Amino acid sequence: MTPLFLSHFTVTTCLGRGLAANSAALREKRGGLAPCHFETVDLTTCVGEVAGVDAERLPSSLIAFDCRNNRLAQVGLAQDDFTAAVAEAAAKYRPERIGVFIGTSTSGILQAELAYRRRDTANGRLPDDFLYATTQNPFSVSDFVRRTMQLAGPASSVSSACSSSAKVFGSAARMIETGLIDAAVVGGVDSLCLTTLYGFSSLQLTSSRPCRPFDQDRSGISIGEAAAFFLIERPPVKLAADAVLLLGVGESSDAYHMSSPHPDGLGARIAMEHALAEAGISPGQIDYINLHGTGTRGNDLAEGRAVLSLFGETTRCSSTKGAVGHTLGAAGGVEAAISAMALQHGFMPAGLNTQDVDPALPLAYLLSTNGPAPSRVLSNSFGFGGTNCSLIFGRADSLIAQP
Amino acid sequence: MMSGLSVYVDGIGLLGAGLPNWTIGQAVLAGTDTYVPRPIELPPAATLPPAERRRVGRVVKLALAVGYEAAAAAGQDPACLTTVFSSSGADGDNCHEICQVLATNDRQISPTRFHNSVHNAPAGYWSIATGAMQPSTSLCAFDGSFGAGLLEAACQVIVARKPVLVVAYDTGYPPPLHDSRPIAEAFGTALLLAPERTTFSLGRIHMELTAEASSNLADPELESLRNGSPAGRALPLLALLARRQAHRQILDYLEQLRIEVTLSPCH
Repeated sequence: MTPLFLSHFTVTTCLGRGLAANSAALREKRGGLAPCHFETVDLTTCVGEVAGVDAERLPSSLIAFDCRNNRLAQVGLAQDDFTAAVAEAAAKYRPERIGVFIGTSTSGILQAELAYRRRDTANGRLPDDFLYATTQNPFSVSDFVRRTMQLAGPASSVSSACSSSAKVFGSAARMIETGLIDAAVVGGVDSLCLTTLYGFSSLQLTSSRPCRPFDQDRSGISIGEAAAFFLIERPPVKLAADAVLLLGVGESSDAYHMSSPHPDGLGARIAMEHALAEAGISPGQIDYINLHGTGTRGNDLAEGRAVLSLFGETTRCSSTKGAVGHTLGAAGGVEAAISAMALQHGFMPAGLNTQDVDPALPLAYLLSTNGPAPSRVLSNSFGFGGTNCSLIFGRADSLIAQP
Repeated sequence: MMSGLSVYVDGIGLLGAGLPNWTIGQAVLAGTDTYVPRPIELPPAATLPPAERRRVGRVVKLALAVGYEAAAAAGQDPACLTTVFSSSGADGDNCHEICQVLATNDRQISPTRFHNSVHNAPAGYWSIATGAMQPSTSLCAFDGSFGAGLLEAACQVIVARKPVLVVAYDTGYPPPLHDSRPIAEAFGTALLLAPERTTFSLGRIHMELTAEASSNLADPELESLRNGSPAGRALPLLALLARRQAHRQILDYLEQLRIEVTLSPCH
């Protein structure tokens, strides 16, 4: 593919609002997972909750969109001058030439969950203040972002579970390549809700303590919430040395099971191979892999096997879900932002909480934040339904150095 | 500056009230047969392994049925196809059951209900049923979901120079969510889009973005099908294809942004 320029990006997780807070926490090995006190949830698990989402207020013109997911989206958009960067792009390209593609798994489902508690006892109806289209529907968050940014181009939500906000990069890149748009706002927003907390608990996939991806004693996931946004466009003629480019997108399906990955990570491997082929590079040219690494026994085993089969034992890798949790539909976006920060700030984030890396998976799994500054990074996102997406990002100066 | 998107339509799948497949639907939409509204009949998802087959709801049966029909009509092996699935709300029955349980003190939702709750469940079951390991994406653009799926699929065809199957489907919600999102009738359609003309090609469609108002169907009953579900918004395009008519229609997409589609029939 033709490389695309990440001209601006931002991320908000339980580690904090914006790039600086997240980068500092990752470099200092500070995690954000804590025992779950969300809403009325009575599960023994940890979550990565973003502070202050409840206090966020939407403007009156967009009040119909009011729900936790869109409040979190608004918090995310307000960081790192992202809104100003999009406004500048809109002035340059025109609002109708900028697409919006946001990944979300559950959108504003919390709003429906709460409304079901307040059904009319006589006729079972939902309360009048429940607004389906602007909260629960998966498109709500893309619509909200498009309106907030005053954009007028094509838009859709990608909702493919935990690969959602990795796949948005593919949708945007293809639409830019066909010439239908000049730039796109992509990203991921997913927020805490009862469906995912009780759902993953029903599958016995939630850990009672902060998740420990790739640890031999890993015991499941910690659910998090997050918002990540990117402005992507064709690269200008002159790029700063530390400019981050999207070099490849690889997608595949497992054709295996709805909630378990292919045991050898076959679909995962295909996605990584496609991303490498699109980027036109070999596995040895990847300096760091941000693993999907959810912390369940099966997921990490499948992904680990796929990485070992393709990269061998020497490519440095880690999962950052020990720090921010599994942010589900936002995970691809969050980890793309972490990959971009790793490239720009010259670090490889450690896998938090992990003590003893599973000896069955002899990976170069990072337990401390060190190693050389990476030039090219691969980020994995896999999800229910057997959906896989791998992204490759690189620094602009790594392209020039390429033979 | 914007040249639009051009792709070939090689196969069509259709399943809606009174439109049990493309053969019958084509005759109705071409005006040669009279539209007779009949309740939709969803075939069992026969190609799924028995364990999965027992677990799927209406939306998966609908998506699989139209997907297979379009692939077969285009002479394509479903296992080899890149897919785009698009729907406003995926499995509404399942969503209702989960919300109901979560509103009780018990809150113990079943693992199957949970994994069926993801918007991409139809895509996941399609992949299991067909063995397709190709890329697949699952989209939502509320009432514009068909338009979003069509644009995504066309972009994939043009960029990858490979055929892509786009599947759009909606089954709506039971009460009380039905009152908040009144999707009247289950409706599904699928198009096999190809980069080059083949012996199966029905026509070439050219798409441009426009602010023009979306086209209606002259028949009031078909028009109510179009309006009754997001996937039904495909009907003006399906009517063009049924008539094999060199003509244009405007498809619903977003507020102030619609898709002008012009058909050049192949025969």
